[in-house]
Amino acid sequence: MSLLDVENLWVKFPTRQGVVEAVRGISFSLGRERLGIVGESGSGKSMTGRAILRLIRPPGMIEADRIALEGQNLLDLSEKDMRAVRGERISMVMQDPKFSLNPVMRVGDQIMEAYLLHNKVGKAEARKRSLEMLDAVSIRDPERVMRAYPHEVSGGMGQRIMIAMMLIPNPQILIADEPTSALDVSVQRQVLNIMDDLVKQRGMGLIFISHDLNLVSEFCDRVLIMYAGRIVEVCDADKLHQATHPYTRGLLNSLPRLDQPRAKLEVLSRDPAWSEAPSVGGRA
Amino acid sequence: MSMIEIEGLNVWFGHGPDRVDAVRGASFSVARGESFGLVGESGSGKSTILRAITGLAPDWSGRVDIDGQALAGGKRDRAFFRKVQMVFQDPYASLHPRHSVDQVLSETLHLHGIPDIDARVRRLLDDVGLGGRFRFRYPHQLSGGQRQRVAIARALAGEPEILLLDEPTSALDVSVQAEILNLLTDLREEHKLTYLMVSHDLAVIGHMCDRLAVMKDGEIVEVMGVEALRAMRAEHAYTRDLLAASVAPGAQPV
Repeated sequence: MSLLDVENLWVKFPTRQGVVEAVRGISFSLGRERLGIVGESGSGKSMTGRAILRLIRPPGMIEADRIALEGQNLLDLSEKDMRAVRGERISMVMQDPKFSLNPVMRVGDQIMEAYLLHNKVGKAEARKRSLEMLDAVSIRDPERVMRAYPHEVSGGMGQRIMIAMMLIPNPQILIADEPTSALDVSVQRQVLNIMDDLVKQRGMGLIFISHDLNLVSEFCDRVLIMYAGRIVEVCDADKLHQATHPYTRGLLNSLPRLDQPRAKLEVLSRDPAWSEAPSVGGRA
Repeated sequence: MSMIEIEGLNVWFGHGPDRVDAVRGASFSVARGESFGLVGESGSGKSTILRAITGLAPDWSGRVDIDGQALAGGKRDRAFFRKVQMVFQDPYASLHPRHSVDQVLSETLHLHGIPDIDARVRRLLDDVGLGGRFRFRYPHQLSGGQRQRVAIARALAGEPEILLLDEPTSALDVSVQAEILNLLTDLREEHKLTYLMVSHDLAVIGHMCDRLAVMKDGEIVEVMGVEALRAMRAEHAYTRDLLAASVAPGAQPV
């Protein structure tokens, strides 16, 4: 059975101009694999990630036939039970560590808090586990970093700290929403490799949300391509460059390439039919 | 003669023990009509060079000549801004949220002392592919790509000869990036512009520029032509690392 099964997911926001549908009836499943969700800004990819954790604030609405985590429908859970799911069974790494770490709390205390919330252990044990976790995300000087405040660490280190914090309760699913977009290319690789190792070692499912097609094709097993709140194409990540949907092709062709110099880049012309076409199923 | 000539440029922020040397001993020159790229990681000092040229980073030493004229300190006169204009990274932050497109462009034209503002605004909007219907919109009514077009129109208002482009597309989606890069290519040809472009994306620089300088920790480690870049013939180990990280494996031509 798959870890996560999403059926007919909608995310809607009522506004003065009518209801905005950010996600429009998508279905997909996640096993112990790395699933990429790509699309442009406004395609609904981040909203999909947030909806799984029920992190859409009212007046936004989540509607789905089912968001099942190992058979348990998350939509039936009370808010209290949902809190036990967040972090412990599904956790999320967001784009910018600057905004997701508490600026007035030492890094160590934040990681320990994450561990203590989900485990009934003493502080000494939590501290030991936190140090191990920082070590696991290749932070060379964990003792010093434990004492540091978030503004005292670099962006790449901040993101590794976030990953450490998200993985310390040992969740089954990690949702990473543009985890490396705020980082330099060289640091990007490093953070991705760390995430990849941990996910593989622990047999976790990973949902990797990104706008970067190359990154996703290299890093994931399977890719969903989203456009206007729907899935327009599903393919194996290593075959992304042979994708057939005109939208995917357009995105790929609009990237400048060092190995294929061109005087002009191809510009994506959008076909209104793409957003009308029904969603493609994203089940493995 | 070169349009931009930089020799032994040092830029620093702060004083005494707080002093940070952001750029150290940078030298390069950009010929008239050339497009020159600066690449490197965040904190490597690439944007700081642009800021020193425009006077936004007033503490610098060395020599900066624009079209044969030496610059000094952090003050720039009106003639300088007629010649050199800058486009910033984030179109969401570089436009005044309560000024309409018309106000943004008219004010700029007024400051440059250009007559016949009404016709010029229309021309500028056409030049950047927006057209008249965007004239009375506010920034929040525009998409990221449209905003960057407005920012480019504003830079072009004084008919400059040099555009300093600070990561002009890194806040945009790839399909919009392609549109803006094409626009910049066209404008350079039409207006005979000289570009000095900063980006962390080697592929973008490779597409737009004739030559580039690779920066690391405030120093230029290598200046190379774009053919050498495409052929992956980098001299410096750091450039090779950057190249390896920028070329997508599996990106086979179909």
